[in-house]
Amino acid sequence: MADLSVNFAGIRAPNPFWLASAPPTNSGRQVHRAFEHGWGGAVWKTIGAPVLNISNRYGGLSLGGQRLVAINNVELISDRPLEVNLREIAEVKRMWPDRALIVSAMVDADPRAWREIVMQIEDTGADGIELNYGCPQGMSERGMGAAVGQVPEMCQLNTHWVTSVTRLPVIVKLTPNVTHITDPAHAALAGGAHALSLINTINSVMKVDLDTLLVTPSIGGQATHGGYAGPAVKPIALHMLSELMCDPTVRKSGVPICGMGGIQTWRDAAEFLLLGASALQVCTAAMHYGYRIIEDFVDGLSNWMDDKGFATLADVTGRSLPQMSSFGGLDLGYQAVARIDPDKCIQCDLCYVACNDTAHQCIDLYSPEGVKVNPGFDIHDGGKQVAQGRSTPVVREPDCVGCALCANVCPVDGCIEMVSVPSGRPSVTWNQLTATRPAVTQEWGAMEAYRAEAGIEIH
Amino acid sequence: MERSSPAVSEPEVYRFQEALPPLTAHEATVEANRCLYCYDAPCLQACPTHIDIPSFIRKISTGNLRGSGRVILEANFLGATCARVCPVQELCEGACVLGKDHQPIQIGRLQRYATDHIFDRGVQVFTPSPPTGRSVAVVGSGPAGISVSAELAKLGHRVTLFERRELGGGLSTYGIIGLREPVEVSLREVEAVQALGVEVRTGVELTDREGLDVLLSQYDAVFLGLGLGAVPALGIPGEEAVLDGLEVIEASKVEPWRLKVGPLALGQRVVVIGAGNTAIDAATVGRRHGAEVEMVYRRTENEMTAYRHEYEFALHEGVRFTFLTQPVGLKVEGGQVTGLRCVRMSLGVADASGRPRPEPVPGSEFVIGCDTVIAAIGQEKPALAVALGLSLENGYIRVDDGLQTSEPRVYAGGDCIRVRGSASTVMAVQDGKLAAASIHAALSASAVAAD
Ligand SMILES: Cc1cc2nc3c(=O)[nH]c(=O)nc-3n(C[C@H](O)[C@H](O)[C@H](O)COP(=O)(O)OP(=O)(O)OC[C@H]3O[C@@H](n4cnc5c(N)ncnc54)[C@H](O)[C@@H]3O)c2cc1C
Ligand SMILES: Cc1cc2nc3c(=O)[nH]c(=O)nc-3n(C[C@H](O)[C@H](O)[C@H](O)COP(=O)(O)O)c2cc1C
Ligand code: SF4
Ligand code: SF4
Ligand code: SF4
Repeated sequence: MADLSVNFAGIRAPNPFWLASAPPTNSGRQVHRAFEHGWGGAVWKTIGAPVLNISNRYGGLSLGGQRLVAINNVELISDRPLEVNLREIAEVKRMWPDRALIVSAMVDADPRAWREIVMQIEDTGADGIELNYGCPQGMSERGMGAAVGQVPEMCQLNTHWVTSVTRLPVIVKLTPNVTHITDPAHAALAGGAHALSLINTINSVMKVDLDTLLVTPSIGGQATHGGYAGPAVKPIALHMLSELMCDPTVRKSGVPICGMGGIQTWRDAAEFLLLGASALQVCTAAMHYGYRIIEDFVDGLSNWMDDKGFATLADVTGRSLPQMSSFGGLDLGYQAVARIDPDKCIQCDLCYVACNDTAHQCIDLYSPEGVKVNPGFDIHDGGKQVAQGRSTPVVREPDCVGCALCANVCPVDGCIEMVSVPSGRPSVTWNQLTATRPAVTQEWGAMEAYRAEAGIEIH
Repeated sequence: MERSSPAVSEPEVYRFQEALPPLTAHEATVEANRCLYCYDAPCLQACPTHIDIPSFIRKISTGNLRGSGRVILEANFLGATCARVCPVQELCEGACVLGKDHQPIQIGRLQRYATDHIFDRGVQVFTPSPPTGRSVAVVGSGPAGISVSAELAKLGHRVTLFERRELGGGLSTYGIIGLREPVEVSLREVEAVQALGVEVRTGVELTDREGLDVLLSQYDAVFLGLGLGAVPALGIPGEEAVLDGLEVIEASKVEPWRLKVGPLALGQRVVVIGAGNTAIDAATVGRRHGAEVEMVYRRTENEMTAYRHEYEFALHEGVRFTFLTQPVGLKVEGGQVTGLRCVRMSLGVADASGRPRPEPVPGSEFVIGCDTVIAAIGQEKPALAVALGLSLENGYIRVDDGLQTSEPRVYAGGDCIRVRGSASTVMAVQDGKLAAASIHAALSASAVAAD
């Protein structure tokens, strides 16, 4: 059995799955119940300044019949009195000493306000503090949340106020609503952050109801932007995570990163780990299915680690990062082509139409007799037997640019493989090429000369 | 005609309602989203009317139900009937790529979902083109007749549809059991064709050559969608007491009380002779009436003409099958049937059809005790065709590729021309489309010539 325990900036937990600061961690009873289900930790729903929440506050996105591919919320931080939250945090921590209990906080940009809440948090016995510089709605208008996270100077200053007064590990939770995620990350590090977590929700307008024409969620006929989370945001979160993990300043600092944004299964979790996360947070998936999903998170991850021969999370964390590069570092000499396995092909012809309409017109259809044919049918024919005589798609490999569109649309796993083939071209990256021959970036003539020389044919 | 009777109580009527419930909105959405939206899709190719199945399913998945229904009805005016009666396993669903390793898309039920949306809301999908001044007479209001009428009306031709029976719809109304298609569905299709301006005259029968000549003098073209005839005679003693399977089915749909009293009354032990789809339907009606039902067939399971899924459906309904058994006469006592006399058969060498020829086993005669015998051994060929003086092919009306008969300006389609293969509604609909195309081409050509 793989060892799933974590030590994240000094915060210990039996497993890396923590509930994110959000509705699932809104009260002592809830967090207690979550721990009973096996969650390794929880980041308490953000506490701080007095707020009033609004009704209704969630919009859901459905895609292809699947509900809640993403959620969008116009919720604020906890609207329960601060004292109640602090008391319950203390109670839960007393009952669950082995679990990670982190308190998310957000107050006015004022050192006294921060100092006061930090002291109150320390008194609860919690394991760490997470600074919420992310909330994109409601709080930012009051100068908190994203208003801090989006301005590096503010981020650094606020973080400094906290780290200078507490002995607890301080995690800065970053907002994705910035142009360069590295800017606030650097600021947080400069402010003394012990760890980073990302992503908070993304600014969004969820949808418009086509029956009522109302923007959803409609709050008494009015609407506002809200924070976007759930499975649909995972690629964005993975990008920001890998960007930080590849950033020299962040690497040098050695601070761990807690990854979140769209984790719905242990598989998503494993991807975050492979790209450098050392702990994980989950919100929308728990809101969708309840706390019980933790069972498969732990079971699935540990089985996968056993299969792969990974003994500890440290073996997994960051393992796929060395592959991350920039476009300029990719090999221009590499060539892959699509190859269709005729035994797996179910003849839906989706690859055919995709390649012919929107890629490079290099898939042909062949009848069972081996004759190249065109799509179409005889209006006098009909019946099941037409399926038997159906043509099969075949890639004309010399013309395939290896865009992989077909492999992406094919509904059968492993039916279309992108196989690397010798390209006959020199192996060179764009950075190397442009360093040695700057003219290719400036003149099409020079570029064509290089292509002729390297034997690159474009059709 | 009296159409209702106190003899039929609610629960009994209920037993003849559609066997499959309609899909709920959620079920339809999930199922529609499962469709791959294949290109040049095999389901579309397998459909004899070539409904653009991927498109109509995609429209269901996007919530465009009106558009979905339109895609269906444009290719197949009887899409609502076909959604219920088509042997989808042999057609679209049988060809669905998802059937290769798991469940094909439930195309029939999705088609029903979309067409129900159109009919339940009374949506007018089509508008006729401006009148061409040309007129066509259509004889027979079955699927072939309705299909050709709709296509011609859409093109602006004036169409009069003649039907000898009281209700339009042909076998969709009178022959397809209510478990599969309620009468309302086929009647709505008759109304839809009327809404296109087609004049439907029921209770009018074409009986002879003279009648055809009258039609030819009044109309620019004539389409014959006559269907087939009654169940043929068995030629066995006691035949008078045998019930006609088609009549039994018909009664179950439009006058269920007739299966309780009078000459069509069903007893408690019913034997059905035959093993085609009609026989299975008649047997099902018997079961739903609470009778024990046994089907006798002279060959074996392997030679049965009923579709596999139909056979399984009958077994599921509790119908018993007795194979290698040939009826040779009825036992009638005091005017009441008491049994069916049969002989056992054995399979011999293959006959002309390639199926082994059944031969009686000497001295094997036995009696199956029963109080009702129903014959459902097919339908007689269109007798009228001879009287009309049309060329025949193996007893069916001979037509060319454009569905024109040996007589210029006279076209035919549907069961009455189905020389090869088993007849089905969807093929009759396609005939209607093909005939409409060639009638339109002929009328347009002659219109140009006349100008
Ligand atoms: C019991 C039974 C069950 C069936 N089940 C199925 C099924 O599940 N699925 C399927 O696809 N197919 C089924 N079929 C076959 C299908 O019903 C036929 O193939 C289809 O109805 C043929 O259409 P049609 O228009 O050619 O003829 P019909 O539907 O037979 O219509 C012919 C019409 O013409 C009228 N007519 C005939 N002669 C004249 C005249 N001289 N003057 C005026 N009117 C006239 C008749 O009254 C009738 O209304 C079944 C058939 C039967 C008998
Ligand atoms: C309804 C809702 C309320 C949230 N409230 C907070 C909050 O109070 N503090 C906070 O730091 N993040 C909050 N978040 C953001 C989540 O903690 C998390 O960063 C985000 O949802 C991404 O993770 P997910 O894709 O697993 O949901 C909230 C998210 C949702 C959906
Ligand atoms: S990889 Fe791109 S170009 Fe090659 S066959 Fe597939 S779709 Fe066409
Ligand atoms: S997309 Fe895949 S399954 Fe479909 S035809 Fe192409 S190779 Fe075959
Ligand atoms: S073959 Fe099946 S999956 Fe493909 S379009 Fe038709 S119904 Fe959809």
